[in-house]
Amino acid sequence: MAAVGERSAREPSPLVSAKALVKRFGEFEAVRGIDVEVVKGEAFGFLGPNGAGKSSAMRMVGCVSPRSDGDLRVLDMDPQVDGPSIRARLGVVPQEDNLDTELSIRQNLQVYGRYFGLSRAHVRAKATELMEFAQLTERADDEVDTLSGGMKRRLTIARSLVNDPDLLLLDEPTTGLDPQARHLLWDRLFRLKQLGVTLLITTHYMDEAEQLCDRLVIMDNGRIVAEGSPPELIACYSSREVLELRFAPGESGDVASTVDGLADRVEVLPDRVLLYTENGEAALSATHARGVRPLSCLVRRSTLEDVFLRLTGRTLVD
Amino acid sequence: MWYRRYWRSNLYSSGLQPLLFLAAMGLGFGSQVEPGPDTGGVDYLHFVAPTLLVSGAMMIAVFESTWKVASGFQWQRQYVAVISTPITPGQVFGGELMWVGMRLLLSAVVYGVVAGALGAWLGPGALLVVLVGVLTGLACAAPIMALSATVRNPSNAFSALLRFVVMPVMLFSGTFFPISYIPVPARMLAWISPLWHGNELARAAALGGGEWLPLAGHGAFLVVLLLGGGLLARSRFYRRLVV
Ligand SMILES: Nc1ncnc2c1ncn2[C@@H]1O[C@H](COP(=O)(O)OP(=O)(O)OP(=O)(O)O)[C@@H](O)[C@H]1O
Ligand SMILES: [Mg+2]
Repeated sequence: MAAVGERSAREPSPLVSAKALVKRFGEFEAVRGIDVEVVKGEAFGFLGPNGAGKSSAMRMVGCVSPRSDGDLRVLDMDPQVDGPSIRARLGVVPQEDNLDTELSIRQNLQVYGRYFGLSRAHVRAKATELMEFAQLTERADDEVDTLSGGMKRRLTIARSLVNDPDLLLLDEPTTGLDPQARHLLWDRLFRLKQLGVTLLITTHYMDEAEQLCDRLVIMDNGRIVAEGSPPELIACYSSREVLELRFAPGESGDVASTVDGLADRVEVLPDRVLLYTENGEAALSATHARGVRPLSCLVRRSTLEDVFLRLTGRTLVD
Repeated sequence: MWYRRYWRSNLYSSGLQPLLFLAAMGLGFGSQVEPGPDTGGVDYLHFVAPTLLVSGAMMIAVFESTWKVASGFQWQRQYVAVISTPITPGQVFGGELMWVGMRLLLSAVVYGVVAGALGAWLGPGALLVVLVGVLTGLACAAPIMALSATVRNPSNAFSALLRFVVMPVMLFSGTFFPISYIPVPARMLAWISPLWHGNELARAAALGGGEWLPLAGHGAFLVVLLLGGGLLARSRFYRRLVV
């Protein structure tokens, strides 16, 4: 496991603290003992392939799914005991939208706000503000059924903010959004963070994780396989740069032995060879010197995606 | 804090259907029926007015606690959304039951007023009939909600419910004629039918008469069904929503 990111000196008590947290469905263990601490004001990410157990973990934090084993504290309370009081201060964006499709956009926001015990006048004003936020004002009185998938997603996100939450749980928030809407949402999430809202995010988009998350964990098969800030993870599990050599399908295998030793790590894919190295240009000249003639080549910075793929599967040649 | 729903009730569907029945059966068919011992010595209109209210209430209860409730778990999943708020599954159930209760009250009142205008009531007992209708509806709704919260394949369950429970109950509960007309084995069905208990209470309230002990028994049956069904449904809501 990688180094844990630096903790600020003031050391407030964590908003979420999980120790050896387990979730079982019958015999099957979806979450197999994870340790997580999320402190106030940070954006924390759960990354992992499908079925890794991210949503199961999020639902336990959201106090809608009891833990099977281990310890969990959210907002310094026990979800099993104080579920309603915790949920009153959470905002939740579930992976699957569950809007009331018979109600209008405005009504969805207002009714949801009422579940938190907020006054009619307050939710009315809040709904207007949130529709502005989600850029849905023109559709305010349309039924949810008539919205596009991305608009529904934006409404779900707006809905999660109706109670001005201290901790926002976002399960794949930008799935199904167009690039404009994604960037808009990132911008809004940054602003919320500046206001002191703590974010807990799962995502499959590595750029999103790199943009948003101060710290993240990579989960696989219900376990945490790595933890740290995006730069820490890249430093620890990848190299600074990556040289990609593209070949006609089937030819890449022959090259593997030729480029041996030119990089920290070499990965051979059917149509490409990836060289993980501190200096991509230097590696490129060296491969040319050895007579390798790829169809095309590309030097790029290493990304979280490289870390993710390395840790959660894709066979490697060291 | 209660789970509130937006008030989009539909007077047309809730009040109108039993009224059409009342007009057809009570005024049309009823004009052919002589008052006699079978109708308790009153006009057929007076005889069926209270029981039509109660059976209408049962139909509303069935309607409001089947697909709508199943959809909250499975398709629209509003309940899943609601339990992310401070609301608990138990409160979701309580709110749904209250909602059904309000629907029942509203349509019973509408029915009562219009039926009154048609001269279907003999006295102020009609007010009690409204309450009996609400109680019977709730007593039906609670166990049906338990079913709706349990089944994973509602279409089969609900068509079986309609075919093998609701239909026989409608037929053998003394709504249109006293159950003494039907043979004893089928009559035993009536004894466990909430509608029959509701009908007996409603008729006694509207027409007067009836002995205290059996009436208390009818009331107790409905209350027990409501409480038992309610507790079961509540635990089913928890079981389904807390995973
Ligand atoms: N209610 C449930 N009953 C039984 N098994 C479940 C249930 N919910 C999730 N699982 C199982 O738990 C495992 C983890 O699921 P989870 O939804 O947490 O994954 P995830 O990391 O969110 O995946 P994805 O990226 O696809 O959303 C999966 O194998 C899934 O089949
Ligand atoms: Mg998920």
